[in-house]
Amino acid sequence: MWKTIVRRVLVMIPQLFVLSLLIFIMAKFMPGDPFTGLITPETDPARVEELRIKAGFYDPWYIQYVNWIGNAFQGDFGRSYTFNVPVSNLIGDRALNTLWLSLLSVFLLYLIAIPLGVLSGRFHDSFLDKSIVFYSFIVYAIPTFVLGLINLFFFGYELGWFPTSGTVDIKYDSGTAGYLWSKFYHILLPAITYALLATTGIIQYLRTEIIDSKSMDYVRTAKSKGIPINKVYSRHIFRNSLLPIAAFLGFTITGLLSGSIFIETIFGYPGMGQLFIQAINGRDYSVITALVMLFGFLTLLGSLLSDIIMSIVDPRIRID
Amino acid sequence: MKNTETIELTKEMKASSPPTGFQVIAREFMKDKLAMFSLISLIIVISGIYIWAWQIDQTQLMRISLRDKLAEPGEKFWLGADKGGRDILGQLIVGARNSLSIAIAVTLITGFIGVVIGLVTGYFGGWIDNIFMRIIDFFITIPSLMIIIVFVTIVPKYNIPIFVLIMSVFLWVGTARIIRSKALSESRRDYISASKTLGTRNFIIIFKEMMPNLSSILIVEMTLNFAGNVGLETGLSYLGFGLPPSTPSLGTLVSYANDPFIMENAWWNWLPASLLILLLMLGINYVGQAIRRSADARQRLG
Repeated sequence: MWKTIVRRVLVMIPQLFVLSLLIFIMAKFMPGDPFTGLITPETDPARVEELRIKAGFYDPWYIQYVNWIGNAFQGDFGRSYTFNVPVSNLIGDRALNTLWLSLLSVFLLYLIAIPLGVLSGRFHDSFLDKSIVFYSFIVYAIPTFVLGLINLFFFGYELGWFPTSGTVDIKYDSGTAGYLWSKFYHILLPAITYALLATTGIIQYLRTEIIDSKSMDYVRTAKSKGIPINKVYSRHIFRNSLLPIAAFLGFTITGLLSGSIFIETIFGYPGMGQLFIQAINGRDYSVITALVMLFGFLTLLGSLLSDIIMSIVDPRIRID
Repeated sequence: MKNTETIELTKEMKASSPPTGFQVIAREFMKDKLAMFSLISLIIVISGIYIWAWQIDQTQLMRISLRDKLAEPGEKFWLGADKGGRDILGQLIVGARNSLSIAIAVTLITGFIGVVIGLVTGYFGGWIDNIFMRIIDFFITIPSLMIIIVFVTIVPKYNIPIFVLIMSVFLWVGTARIIRSKALSESRRDYISASKTLGTRNFIIIFKEMMPNLSSILIVEMTLNFAGNVGLETGLSYLGFGLPPSTPSLGTLVSYANDPFIMENAWWNWLPASLLILLLMLGINYVGQAIRRSADARQRLG
């Protein structure tokens, strides 16, 4: 087990290395240079030139790359040129917002998907099952941004049930109960949107798993011993099907990341996804490179997590 | 003599062997009313869009007329007008045509690359397989949506063919992986070994003997990819990194909703495009699922 994990981590290193090289070269090709934002009519061109030399703008690219990656290892991704703060501070704040949004989304996801999957499998071929399958099909087909906008339009603007952007009302002081409630209230609609979109996988999985286990020997044994049917489901079938669901967590993380770009843009939520779009529009290289590296790292971590959980839960799927 | 024998033989085979390929797919559609309905409406809607868009003059359409700013749906504009006073319905039709064309192009290109790489790596295995698997592993780990966005912003001469190419570079991986795993198991079948012993050239075995047996999986894969590509193109255009601003796209129309005033007060600017995307995605996915069921004997309805 440990051997496998160590090996998987070792494989991650060259992958991250190639990604860093790719993203560094791409950043070099971006139009303009990082000091464009600093130049105003009053700035002395010689001063800017000096800054460029000092920042290593004219060094050969491989020296720049080594410097960048060396600093990145120490958690220093340079300064953001549009926000004029160290990139790590900037991302730290935004990452916390994205983390809250993701935690609530995952919680709601399991809260919605598990009951639906269980019901659909238990009463399969009934009207209920057909409606659940139909629902999961629709949310599978609908693109993130379409559902996000439609939710925002109806629940945010038309019905006025939810705030339409931001993280918290300005009228509350940080630390108070009202502040926390307002924060929660602001992420609720984006989190529901995300949770709905991701339900299909879990519903499908639980449904087929439960239908399959109905005909298993252990279920028949339990039934013939006279155990009430509800208990057979909750104790035997459900427990056996539940653990692999945890493995979806890894994929969910990966999906959340790419979804966060859309969700955060639509709901005006200041997280990492929205930061990425702002950085692209502001040509803020240091922020772009740091974010792509971070997302790449998290994607790898997500798939590693899934594999580990899978191999613990189901010894047949050993990764080695 | 020999000819009649083969005809006799094929007749016999037709009578006794289980139905294959298109027959199965057709039967699956006959059994599933909703899939049939989706298929027919998709055909009508898509061909309608192409014929209609063909009659619209794009430069005329994109001309700004401030007098009609945000005109409500009515006699002059069936679906109203946008901030520049441009007809929404026209943009919807031309935009849908552009979005669909891009999705079709990307699907075909990635399908072709994916099939060739998947078949070759799956058939030969060994070091070729190893190299391509490392490349595929790499592509899976990268946050491709972000990298496509970065690419779009650094390409100097940005137009539709380049956009299609950028998308294709990152999207062949899934198809290649699925085709590879199927080709791996397929290449161990007896008919392949027999063909190898007979001295058939690898090229012929791969593309003439193995590929037809994987075609049902390929069709499923391509249909679902097509839906995914419509979603990705419109999504990128929605964020402002898809088609150039002068070219209408469904995503660009949806992005009008980013202005809270338009979102709240001029729903006709963005809602029709959102609903059209939703309907297209539902239809294509439904058709794809039906084909998938017919490719897998255990799931068939008929």
